[in-house]
Amino acid sequence: MRKILLAAAAPVGAFILTLIISSITLWAFGSNPFSAYGDMLGHAAKLETQVDILNRATPLYLSAVAAAIGFRMNLFNIGVEGQYLFAYLIAAQVGSMFALPQLLHIPLIMITAMAVGGAYAGIAGVLKVTRGVNEVISTIMLNAIAISGVIAWLQQSWQSDQDQFTSTTLGTDPIDDSGLFPDINGLLEIFTRDIAQGKQLTGLLLVAVAVGLGYHFLLTRMRFGFDLRASGLNPFAARAGGIPPKRMVVAAMFLSGAIAGLIGMVELADTAKFPPDPIKGLGFAGIAVALLGRNNPFAMVLSALLFAFLDVSAGILQNTQAATKEIVNIMQGIVLLAAVIAYGVSKRVQEREEARFTAEALAEIDPIGADS
Amino acid sequence: MARLQKLHDVPAWIRWPVYALLGIFLLTVVQSITGTERLTQVSTSREMLRWAVPIFLAGLGGLFSERAGVVNIGLEGMLILGMWFGAWGSIEYGAWWGLVIGMAGGGLGGLLHAIATVTFQVDHIISGVAINILAPAITRYLSDEIWASPTTSPRTTSVGDWDVPFLAGGTIFGWESPDVLLDIGKAEWWFVSDVADLIRGLLRGTHWVAIIAILLVPATTWLVWRTRFGLRLRIAGENPQAGEAQGINIIRYKYVAVVISGALAGLGGAFISTELSGLFQGGNSAGRGFIGLAALIFGNWRPGGVLAGALLFGYVFGLDLKDLDGTASHALLLVNTVVLGAVLLWAVKRRRTTDAVLAGILGSGAFIWWLSADAVPSWWSNILPYVLVLLVLVFFSQRLRAPAKLGEPYRKGS
Repeated sequence: MRKILLAAAAPVGAFILTLIISSITLWAFGSNPFSAYGDMLGHAAKLETQVDILNRATPLYLSAVAAAIGFRMNLFNIGVEGQYLFAYLIAAQVGSMFALPQLLHIPLIMITAMAVGGAYAGIAGVLKVTRGVNEVISTIMLNAIAISGVIAWLQQSWQSDQDQFTSTTLGTDPIDDSGLFPDINGLLEIFTRDIAQGKQLTGLLLVAVAVGLGYHFLLTRMRFGFDLRASGLNPFAARAGGIPPKRMVVAAMFLSGAIAGLIGMVELADTAKFPPDPIKGLGFAGIAVALLGRNNPFAMVLSALLFAFLDVSAGILQNTQAATKEIVNIMQGIVLLAAVIAYGVSKRVQEREEARFTAEALAEIDPIGADS
Repeated sequence: MARLQKLHDVPAWIRWPVYALLGIFLLTVVQSITGTERLTQVSTSREMLRWAVPIFLAGLGGLFSERAGVVNIGLEGMLILGMWFGAWGSIEYGAWWGLVIGMAGGGLGGLLHAIATVTFQVDHIISGVAINILAPAITRYLSDEIWASPTTSPRTTSVGDWDVPFLAGGTIFGWESPDVLLDIGKAEWWFVSDVADLIRGLLRGTHWVAIIAILLVPATTWLVWRTRFGLRLRIAGENPQAGEAQGINIIRYKYVAVVISGALAGLGGAFISTELSGLFQGGNSAGRGFIGLAALIFGNWRPGGVLAGALLFGYVFGLDLKDLDGTASHALLLVNTVVLGAVLLWAVKRRRTTDAVLAGILGSGAFIWWLSADAVPSWWSNILPYVLVLLVLVFFSQRLRAPAKLGEPYRKGS
């Protein structure tokens, strides 16, 4: 019980600290923090806003799982951003080239996306194990190569109207309806009233749930997950235990990138093509969600919902004029940094408790060792 | 082997200019083959310096932090803070104050990183990533509140630039001195004029910050390798327990190093917003904080090496900016071929099979591409700097020595 309280104390403390700092910030710039928070919470009580939040939380959660797979073995895949955009583009193009029944079309697109994302992340893994290139810098460079170079180029050369170069025609050809992941409004409306304003709850939510469960299953029940955690906790012991370190690095990077490939599928189900200006920044936000949720499949659900709530609230604050909408980005940044520090503190407290517990337990052992 | 030993005995201030001359010679030869003139123009080296300065300052910031054992991925965020605070300070209090306030803003980011990593022993990369996420958020909010736009500021003021007298036609007390390098450049002597052009680009219209940055190379070497402060700073990164046993307050040295690190990245950011763009613009950092880290690795955690790396990356960035038809980047393919050929020879001599195979494949690829086209598409010139960073890391990562306890948490009395 004490342990659970201690584990919960860190994120709760971080959240309270965030509220204090952002309130001071809002107040210092002449906004009323309470009316801003009131607006944010008031809108979040509406069903349509909740659908928006779930639609935002879905890619954030996928992105967080992608980052967490690497983090679990101290592998920092900062390149989720480039991997998902690249996978999104290629998958959209492949999807637009075929007319297939739905049961083949959707898997084709999703498998393409996972393969491309995995392969692109795999480059960083291969460079790390064969050439000793730090994966943080290589994935950042691969981000820049994908986003400012390859995607910008392919976006232009794959657009349908080659004669007219306008910013609105950029991107791939539209995909047939058979390739679009259906929405699950019907599923939600079993429990609620009808969803108004034409909002659609993304079907990828189910995929995200499956990915989360799969990640949990992988870590707790599978050999690969055990190897992954062992390599992260103590690479030397893992190696001595017969876990091939190089293969693990490449495999973890590939898996991380493959999950990253699914992020763009949420938007693709809505736009039916790779748009001129796709949603960016989900990769970096996913890293934050993963760190806040400590790579735990269930805690990351909460942190993805929190980040999604803040993202959606930005639009609401802009409408109500209660505060500058950028305050939500500040709150995300502060809650992340505060949580990261709070986890560090709670880890130290825990270690000290354990040390004391061990010392007490050892003191109680009777020297002959008869009843230990 | 004996010959190589001799090469290392040559002092660095002779060795590096010789390397630079060899590089320019290669560029000149390639230029005579391909017909482009852009590789050695005055504007090319000017752009190179403009790009290199923030990369170098970020890399030098990384040097302070990493020599003290703290990995600093947050340099990018600190550079972004410097961009904003530099622009704000420059608008509110004038150009020089802008630079100082930009340094303070970056230093604040450094302080945050130090609190997280040194006091609370948060993983260095996690803390850095958090700062990289927090910094753009802060600048967006402040921009929106103060300038009513989340991404752009009003025009800033610049501290200005300086022409070196005699060599590049600077004025002394109102008297216009001769422009020797201009005359040599105009004479169109093969190689000599190319060298003159490239040097003139560095000496004419030189930003004061660039001059400060270059002076920081000897200053850092002196501070980190010749003073007691520097020795203790390096102990914090190499063997903190030994330092502690000598009564050194390791934690304080780590703090100072990381704050200096942030301040230098902040100066680089202030340079971007006040001197290069003339305003704060979100996203203008173009990842130069990260590229600074790559320059740090390329430079083997030494100031001169960081400068060399920054100039190398700056050259490719600067070339791309003026290279609208892609012919100069195309000529660079031939340069790549020659350089990779040299790497191949070196690798064969040292019996490093993987290096040789890699260099062979990449070199012949570059050569075939050069033969089969007259120009390269613009997306290739856009990504070339980042590809170069990757290539440099591919060939250099294993040959370098990072500080021994880099990235390891340090706890007093452990």
